[in-house]
Amino acid sequence: MSVLLDVKDLIVRFYTQEGTVYAVNGVSFELEEGETLGIVGESGSGKSVSSLALMGLIPSPPGKVESGTVMFEGRDLLTLKPDQMRLIRGKEIAMIFQDPMTSLNPVLTIGTQITESLKLHEGMNTSQSRKRAADLLDMVGIPDAYRRLDDYPHQFSGGMRQRVMIAMGLSCNPKLLIADEPTTALDVTIQAQIIELVKQLKDEFNMAMIWITHDLGVVAGIADRIQVMYGGRIMESGSSHEVFGDSRHPYTEGLLGSLPRLDSSGEEKLTQIEGSPPDMRNEPAGCPFAPRCDVREYMNLEKCWDERPPLETVPADGGDGTHVMSCWADIREGVAENV
Amino acid sequence: MSSQVMTAENRKSLDENDVILEVTDLKKHFPISSGIVFQRQVGAVRAVDGISFHVVRGETLGLVGESGCGKSTTGRTILQLYRPTEGSVKFEGQELSTMGGNDLRQMRRRMQIIFQDPFASLNPRMTVGSIVSEPLQIHKIYSNKKERQQYVEQLMEKVGLNPYFINRYPHEFSGGQRQRIGIARALALEPSFIVADEPISALDVSIQAQVVNLMEELQDELNLTYLFIAHDLSMVRHICDRVAVMYLGKIVELGPVDEVYDNPQHPYTQALLSAVPVPDPMVEENRQRIIISGDLPSPANPPTGCNFNTRCPVRFDLCFEEPDPPLIEARPDHYVSCHRVT
Repeated sequence: MSVLLDVKDLIVRFYTQEGTVYAVNGVSFELEEGETLGIVGESGSGKSVSSLALMGLIPSPPGKVESGTVMFEGRDLLTLKPDQMRLIRGKEIAMIFQDPMTSLNPVLTIGTQITESLKLHEGMNTSQSRKRAADLLDMVGIPDAYRRLDDYPHQFSGGMRQRVMIAMGLSCNPKLLIADEPTTALDVTIQAQIIELVKQLKDEFNMAMIWITHDLGVVAGIADRIQVMYGGRIMESGSSHEVFGDSRHPYTEGLLGSLPRLDSSGEEKLTQIEGSPPDMRNEPAGCPFAPRCDVREYMNLEKCWDERPPLETVPADGGDGTHVMSCWADIREGVAENV
Repeated sequence: MSSQVMTAENRKSLDENDVILEVTDLKKHFPISSGIVFQRQVGAVRAVDGISFHVVRGETLGLVGESGCGKSTTGRTILQLYRPTEGSVKFEGQELSTMGGNDLRQMRRRMQIIFQDPFASLNPRMTVGSIVSEPLQIHKIYSNKKERQQYVEQLMEKVGLNPYFINRYPHEFSGGQRQRIGIARALALEPSFIVADEPISALDVSIQAQVVNLMEELQDELNLTYLFIAHDLSMVRHICDRVAVMYLGKIVELGPVDEVYDNPQHPYTQALLSAVPVPDPMVEENRQRIIISGDLPSPANPPTGCNFNTRCPVRFDLCFEEPDPPLIEARPDHYVSCHRVT
């Protein structure tokens, strides 16, 4: 398989009245064709901003992509002119957003909104594009599709609106679909419907996908590879089996420990991560997780405050070297000492 | 380790006969009116449509369901923040639905609420000190200002806030800290019963565990009873002793939490539980999902027959003819409302 997307050293900052917000501080990752990457992080971890940056959707001002390259099929997306980028956005790379009520235009019919990109990118006329739009709606499971083209977003329920968004995203057969918390606003039974739908369509269209979420459970079932973000940096990345089954970063370990499991009775106490997420207005000199890290505290590492740990292959890992983390301590070593 | 043992003992020591709250056939309908000058009622949203349950002192009862199923309305109707349309709410032996005025205000000292959104439920123009001490002023607990402040500082310490921040405003705190302020306010009058209305769903994942652990510690220490309203089913299994599953204003299943999660009897509960993702790829790969199609019907126009018959995978004739399957005891202490379960 070949590399579809190659992001290197992405740095994004926002220059606001309250000071500079260091949103993304050096993020690098690759995505192969047909692969699903799950990006997990809490609010403010930079997961959404980094994906908006590679779509060229950072509002500027106040935002600015300071440095980095985003190579997509041999072109650096960050250096493209706005009209060149417009040819890629919606055609080659499509995006689904969290809240389908605010990302659909309330005064235009669903049909108008889906056919817009078909007319722009595929050069279809009105009747062709309406037929294609109805096919798409039918494919995402909206009954009576042709008639519903003339309905407005408020006439659809939350789950149906997200289906419309997915139909719009898929309209031009994109090579990459970025889904930014697509199921967060939905109830669990509707979330399960949407996840099943996306899984099935991903295989049908043979596209790569980036699924951004704060819910570790959702990505466990859908992603091939998981990338855990905190404070605008990648903390740990690897196959979903490696990250969930053999997590090495104290933050990943802490997150997994703080989640109750549906499939076990909850007698034991949840392990909690002390403190609160970092204020992104201060650029951390060292590891952004250092103030909350109990491994740092236990091993009394001074380095964590002053130097940023590089993203390196996990030591003594049996895998193919794709399991990487950014931490000065090896959690297994620390645990061994502890016992 | 010690807290683990303590919790287990506490769970055993619950006295099944010491019922703190008894809800019988509770209904809350919101009128839909039409007309600008001459308003008339054209229908009703049946938010809560005849539910009965009880809560034992010291336990945590979970109330789960999807948005719009009436779980928050239930919590608020119990506290008489909404007055019930029909039915009875008995708290510590006293009927609340007919109570009013000063009597009700006195009862409010015994029952409190923690709200979902820590950003909207704190007055931005009041300091932490005045937010937490407001209930004390209303109920005239401390006449001496100094004593009152000392008590507020104690409370702040108890919920893990630095008392040094007593004069700060809500916007200076993070989401988790604000929820701690909300908890301190609820505890100020030393209530015995707290309705927690989605207390953690607005918080970041790493903060949720902090707040849940705090709530559990406070429960052990102060012998609190919780009605825990949530849509996060994994967290409900962790924190609750018993759970009630609601669908469209009715309780469809009720029982001890491990029993309901391991042996769900109602098709809705089965689908709901199978839809919750588990953070473990090994488990996810081998899971059988029950996907129920369609959306929640409108509570203003519920289906005839069983409420769930529009989406139920195992429905049959009776589900459309016979309304409201009764809540029957299908297994010990485990109640189900379904025509399939007899």
